[in-house]
Amino acid sequence: VLVSIISSPPQNYPLYIRSVPTENELKFHYTVHTSLDVVDEKISAMGKALVDQRELYLGLLYPTEDYKVYGYVTNSKVKFVMVVDSSNTALRDNEIRSMFRKLHNSYTDIMCNPFYNPGDRIHSRAFDNMVNSMMMQVC
Amino acid sequence: MEGLTLSEAEQRYYCDLFSYCDTESTKKVASNGRVLELFRAAQLPNDVVMQIMELCGATRLGYFGRSQFYIALKLVAVAQSGLPLRVESLNTVKDLPLPRFVVSKNEQESRHTALYSSDADNPASYSGVIPPPPGRIQVKKGSVSHDAVQQRTSTDQQESTSPVVSPQQSPPTSPHTWRKHSRHPSGGNNERPLAGPGPFWAPFSEAQPGSSTSSDPIWSGHSPPPHQENWVSFADTPPTSALLAMHPASVQDQTTVRTVASATTTNEIRRQSSSYDDPWKITDEQRQYYVNQFKTIQPDLNGFIPGSAAKEFFTKSKLPILELSHIWELSDFDKDGALTLDEFCAAFHLVVARKNGYDLPEKLPESLMPKLIDLEDSTVIPVISEVGEQTGEVGYSSSPAEAPPSKSPSMPSLNQTWPELNQSSEQWETFSERSSSSQTLTQFDSNIAPADPDTAIVHPVPIRMTPSKIHMQEMELKRTGSDHANPTSPLLVKPPDLPEENKMSSSVKFTAGNTVTDGYSSSDSYASDPEQIGSTVTRQRSHSGTSPDNTAPPPPPPRPHPSHSRSSSLDMNRSFSVTPGQQQAGVVAYPPAVPPRPQPSQGAGPHVHRPVDAEGLIAHTSTSPQQIPEQPNFADFSQFEAFAVSGVNKEEEDEIETHSEVLQGKGTTPLAPPPKPIRRRLKSEDELRPEAEEHTQKTGVIAAVLASQPSIPRSVGKDKKAIQASIRRNKETNTVLARLNSELQQQLKDVLEERISLEVQLEQLRPFSHL
Repeated sequence: VLVSIISSPPQNYPLYIRSVPTENELKFHYTVHTSLDVVDEKISAMGKALVDQRELYLGLLYPTEDYKVYGYVTNSKVKFVMVVDSSNTALRDNEIRSMFRKLHNSYTDIMCNPFYNPGDRIHSRAFDNMVNSMMMQVC
Repeated sequence: MEGLTLSEAEQRYYCDLFSYCDTESTKKVASNGRVLELFRAAQLPNDVVMQIMELCGATRLGYFGRSQFYIALKLVAVAQSGLPLRVESLNTVKDLPLPRFVVSKNEQESRHTALYSSDADNPASYSGVIPPPPGRIQVKKGSVSHDAVQQRTSTDQQESTSPVVSPQQSPPTSPHTWRKHSRHPSGGNNERPLAGPGPFWAPFSEAQPGSSTSSDPIWSGHSPPPHQENWVSFADTPPTSALLAMHPASVQDQTTVRTVASATTTNEIRRQSSSYDDPWKITDEQRQYYVNQFKTIQPDLNGFIPGSAAKEFFTKSKLPILELSHIWELSDFDKDGALTLDEFCAAFHLVVARKNGYDLPEKLPESLMPKLIDLEDSTVIPVISEVGEQTGEVGYSSSPAEAPPSKSPSMPSLNQTWPELNQSSEQWETFSERSSSSQTLTQFDSNIAPADPDTAIVHPVPIRMTPSKIHMQEMELKRTGSDHANPTSPLLVKPPDLPEENKMSSSVKFTAGNTVTDGYSSSDSYASDPEQIGSTVTRQRSHSGTSPDNTAPPPPPPRPHPSHSRSSSLDMNRSFSVTPGQQQAGVVAYPPAVPPRPQPSQGAGPHVHRPVDAEGLIAHTSTSPQQIPEQPNFADFSQFEAFAVSGVNKEEEDEIETHSEVLQGKGTTPLAPPPKPIRRRLKSEDELRPEAEEHTQKTGVIAAVLASQPSIPRSVGKDKKAIQASIRRNKETNTVLARLNSELQQQLKDVLEERISLEVQLEQLRPFSHL
């Protein structure tokens, strides 16, 4: 399971990447990178700015051989990407949504911090803890 | 690395030191911790130590083998002699004095503190090697500065430093060491913590000349006695100009340094003394100081310091941004991007602590948590917004950066629940997942909406189809709760788990209150009533719980409750497949008004299973004519009569009187109907549901309907299609009759009014008649 937050375009660089099984991390990084294309596709397909939370959640971006990629985009075009093993007891869509919600909430908390400059890497310990606990839940 | 030639004394000394460092008795590798302690004790500036480590190869190897250790020690000696560090000097320098190390335990502490403070600047080898021992990093660093000014003579410091020197060294070299320190003002990472509190504490120490004791216990609470001799001496030597250069409060720095120095000694004395359990407690003086600082930024003590101002202020403390960021995260309890007085004090306290060498805690210590009761303001709205995000249905949308317009005062329960709330984030989410109420709610919403377009009431939870009064109550409650059920039921269901956000409990109330107002804007009989919400909440919850258990027939949501009927319009009647029969049953419960109770229509007549019920319905149907006592001459009423007759399976009567006879004849049946219609209504609702949208017929259609009526009853018992057809027709008739009923009721009212007026006239006229 891997969670990553990618900054807004045009930079599109990762603000945060964390995965629980730390092996194969590079593969996950690559997956996240490639999934950005799918995310962009979905965003552009949405048309005008839709503020409803439903549109924020992009759903299953694409399933590959043994993992699935889920996407979520905030209103400021910051993208959250989550990669989960398909072998996991199929995580319900609802659970994925709630995970993204939690991520989003924590992300906004980080934004509140005046010492955080948008575009910086995220180093917050609280955020790390939250993400770790969330990922532990899934695994 | 060339071979190292050591004199015998050196050999012995090094060997001893190595075994001292060899904590794991490997005889091969000196434990890094000890080695670094030792280097600290050598009182060399950090860069020098780094250089030494590199030279001896330890950084390459990653550990101190014996040879590395010896080389390092030799280099320490070289450095302490003031000679440049060179590999060649290892062997070339003759008569090199043995390296001096401060061996006392206290100095280990100060070494640790110094080490720790240097961590920020020298992350390379040290941080990996020695995880800063939080417990030991005490105080001393600056806490000291807390204390008030007590001028101590510098002789104290000198004396305290003398024992520091290793016996093999002559005292004169110690000033040498210090001189070296002073040559590296920048290398004074050690200086930083001291200087850090400078600007902060200088005014403080000025202000509080006499109270040194109070803050002592805080700091001495930590276990190993902090020792500050080294520290003190160090404090004495570095040019205060260095400090002055670093901080604006230059004038007071000197005094600060002195006070630091003096305070350290007092701390030494007191280090064994009372230990507070809570090192994070803010003393009164500290608090006063914080408050004053707060006032400089924000004169209103109840107001906020916006994030940007706070950022500037705390950046002055020269802590690394990462740590400031962490401090902010800890202290901004309500995550609103602004600091209240309590939050500010907590943040300030953490900054001071950090400057003094304390590790930042992972979670905000209890004593630093903002006391909501005391403060006028506690943010609720941002939490609500987060809650709203979580539920996705609450209307709040406050951005995190907004300072909430109103911080509701005391939420006493919140103060205690915050720690748990902070920790129960997973609970919050899992609970919502478990309940998955949002999903179920959504489904039901879509079902209900088309059915009852006229009412704002949306009933998300399926009603169990059990014929019981309890169920009726449930329905009523669901009706009340339905408006806010959608947005709030996730909330309502979740609170037991103390969701993650701090103000969940308050936010529940708020959201409930607000969504109620929103949801009820269109409802009639249920005004936003928080108490009612509370009760409905519980019931709603229970329903959510019971709904999965509902295995009754595909449960269409119930029609609006009878209580709604008071304000119901004729349209509403039309929209429900309500027959006069059931309406009459409803009328029984609510005499004056027409309760558009959604009850199975007389189309239940064809309901094969309930012929008896049909009779009951008929009986009830006939009550309506009775309620219109003297109006047999209504055209449609007669039609209604005719229809009622025709619509009945077995009855064929054309007169009201006949009906009343029937009613009397079936004296017992009225008793039975009350439960029966309900049941029938419930059971046949699934039939009715699909027909719900079809009720738009006017009274004018009644004739057509009635004309077709006679054929209907005879088809009972025939093949299914006929039955279904008849059912459909009956339902249409139901609708028509429902409308008719409502109109009749209206007419009844009018007639009653007329009657009253006539009677009044009669009364007035009567006396005249007597005349």
